[in-house]
Amino acid sequence: MDNLQVYLIIAALLFSLGLFAVITRRNAIAVLMGVELILNAANLNLIAFARFGGMNITGHIFALFVIVLAAAEVAVALAIILNIYQNFNSINVDEAQQLKQ
Amino acid sequence: MINLVFWFFVILIVLSAFSVVLNKNLIYAAISLLLTFLGIAALYVFLWADFMAGTQVLIYIGGILILLLFGIMLTHKITSVKISHTSVQKGIGGAVVLVLFIGLLWMIKITPWKMESAMEPEQTVNTIGTLLMTDFLLPFEVASVLLLGALIGAAVLARKES
Repeated sequence: MDNLQVYLIIAALLFSLGLFAVITRRNAIAVLMGVELILNAANLNLIAFARFGGMNITGHIFALFVIVLAAAEVAVALAIILNIYQNFNSINVDEAQQLKQ
Repeated sequence: MINLVFWFFVILIVLSAFSVVLNKNLIYAAISLLLTFLGIAALYVFLWADFMAGTQVLIYIGGILILLLFGIMLTHKITSVKISHTSVQKGIGGAVVLVLFIGLLWMIKITPWKMESAMEPEQTVNTIGTLLMTDFLLPFEVASVLLLGALIGAAVLARKES
């Protein structure tokens, strides 16, 4: 646990799984969950580097901004998804091909 | 003992992350995401990032996950049994991601990481607050404007057209 590589490997796994969800999931909310996994992987990397780079708090600030952006992103994305649901009655990303009906 | 706790959380993260991407039921996937976020918050504690661990629990579990659950509930008719969905292109996607993961592992292994030892700080909140108000004041203010924009944008977008 006092080893940088362990954290990097966990983050790499999370990133890969998140990308897998983004590629394969049909449901837009499941795709969003994949994006959240990717952002968490990036945050884990940032904080691990902060810890093993001489406890540099700047990494924490960067991760904090990532969390803020994730919150804003999820709010707007869910609003868009709700709109798509009202228009198409489904939120499968491979079915929503038009911007307007 | 502390090693045991660490590996417990690592296994929790890995298993729940797999459940997030593979579970057919979206509600189960969201609950698994909760466990993943919790495990990552625990890893932040191991990385001496106490404030970040608290923020992770507050914003990810308390905010983003609840929003996602709301999204799931609002976009499925509760009466219909089918709160599930399918995945597409699992084979090709899995292969691409596996290659990427192996590449990342290889990169992590061959890179000579330059590490610096450090003392464990008593708390990080003080430093984070000072940095936010001095070196990172402009990004901090921009983030607040962005959040306001996201708030208004989400409210306008989600409202039904009358």
